[in-house]
Amino acid sequence: MVRDTSVVLSGLKLDNPVIPASGTFGFGNEFKDFYDINILGSFSFKGTTKEPRFGNPTPRIAECERGMINAVGLQNPGIDHVIAEELPHLKTYFHKPVIANISGFSIEEYAYCCERIDKEEQVGIIEVNVSCPNVRHGGMSFGTSPEAAAEVTRAVKAVTTKPVYIKLSPNVTDIVAIAKACEEAGADGLCLINTLLGMRIDTMRRKPVIANTMGGFSGPAIFPLAVRMVYQVAKACSIPVMGCGGVQSASNVIEMMMAGATAVQVGAANLVDPYASKKIVEELPLEMERLGIERLQDIIGIVK
Amino acid sequence: MYKNAIYTILKNEPLTPLVWRMVLEGDTQWITRPGQFVNIALAGKFLRRPISVSDYDEQTITLIYKIVGEGTKQMSGMHAGEKLDLLTGLGNGFDTSKATDKCLLVGGGVGVPPLYNLAKKLLAEGRQVIVILGFNTASELFYEKEFKALGCEVVVTTVDGSKGVKGFVTTAIEELKIDFGYFYTCGPLPMLKALYDHTEQDGQLSFEERMGCGFGACMGCSCKTKYGNKRICVDGPVLDKKEVIW
Repeated sequence: MVRDTSVVLSGLKLDNPVIPASGTFGFGNEFKDFYDINILGSFSFKGTTKEPRFGNPTPRIAECERGMINAVGLQNPGIDHVIAEELPHLKTYFHKPVIANISGFSIEEYAYCCERIDKEEQVGIIEVNVSCPNVRHGGMSFGTSPEAAAEVTRAVKAVTTKPVYIKLSPNVTDIVAIAKACEEAGADGLCLINTLLGMRIDTMRRKPVIANTMGGFSGPAIFPLAVRMVYQVAKACSIPVMGCGGVQSASNVIEMMMAGATAVQVGAANLVDPYASKKIVEELPLEMERLGIERLQDIIGIVK
Repeated sequence: MYKNAIYTILKNEPLTPLVWRMVLEGDTQWITRPGQFVNIALAGKFLRRPISVSDYDEQTITLIYKIVGEGTKQMSGMHAGEKLDLLTGLGNGFDTSKATDKCLLVGGGVGVPPLYNLAKKLLAEGRQVIVILGFNTASELFYEKEFKALGCEVVVTTVDGSKGVKGFVTTAIEELKIDFGYFYTCGPLPMLKALYDHTEQDGQLSFEERMGCGFGACMGCSCKTKYGNKRICVDGPVLDKKEVIW
């Protein structure tokens, strides 16, 4: 039997729900030599801001039990370079709509970048990152209050024609309240979760491992938290959810979808195994067969 | 270009109490230059461990690593016959085309290993190779004999003076008035900086940084250079002296 792995995000049909998450896949360039990245549902490109950014001082990476901390701090070449260089190059090796991850330090910057990227043909969805834990006065501060998240959503929706997904932070008391505020402000969908704020200490040096002291914790250790938040948000909202957080197998993808996700992002797993997303795409029909699933779309939010 | 493959441990032995040598058998065709590194997946550890390649041939890779944490400690407990999952061919490596007739190679501590294959290559290309091996104390010393056996002139320095020249690698350059036209170095950051400051000659410096992926995707190991932002894992670990910003 042919298993139907396709899903639809705001009218955009994806061959499968597997989407490498922003910040773990660059612009696809580092992975295209390992495998044909066109087998993916899509991918979310590196978080882009108006100006080029170096990001935080190093060390920016710390090992954790079943996960890692990063404090990259939105290093990116800036929106002009992304439009002039990265996207034309991307078109030569990726032939599907891509997800544009946009970040900012002010409402105006979010709106400016989204308006620019909205004109790019290959962009299928705009993912607005209001949840980066690694930059001060920006990123996450917009994603930790329902009012600020709604304000960003309205500003972006006013200048774009493409579906807008807001990427939410788990570092909040009530993620459902923020999700609902985004939905009411006109978001077409949501992506959750971004990383959890974490910290490691080098006990020999008596100093934080990360130069920036804290960073975003990701990896399989956060999967149960992500499933829980996807479940809560999907139940409370009627717009589609991209689930993200600790996914490393086809079984995890299906679990996330049963919790309510329409598509599933794969993050840290890509960094330890460059073939991680490919393996998940290939395992998916086998896992569907094992679980007696004919159409993947049928299981979205099936858990009551 | 890099590749993911499985390798079999042929040998894993201590050179000093904390520095070990592991010889792996498998596909080495993706390693193209001295100074490149491999990224090793270890059972129970999330991130891979980047370790520089000390030497390689058609079938084997030699890694020399220091036990500095849980990952390298785990590696030291592995035995011949066990398998490891590696990404190989990572990093730019040293460029020997810029070498002059008389090259100086300076290694500090566990920065010494990648210079071994480099020395081999430079000698094969007809260069004269002087090697300075810098350590804190005599008990940390390794590979003096191996470099001599290749045909290098070898100078040892120790900070406490228990072996060779007392002081730093730069002390030896000054005291022995070492004459060279180009240098290559790998070691702790203060040593790289000291060498950069003490030399008029051009050279190449191999840097170390905590990495996420090792193949350029995560931007975890970025640094600023005179030619823009670079990733230590793919644009480095070797930087040209002319581009380094401290």
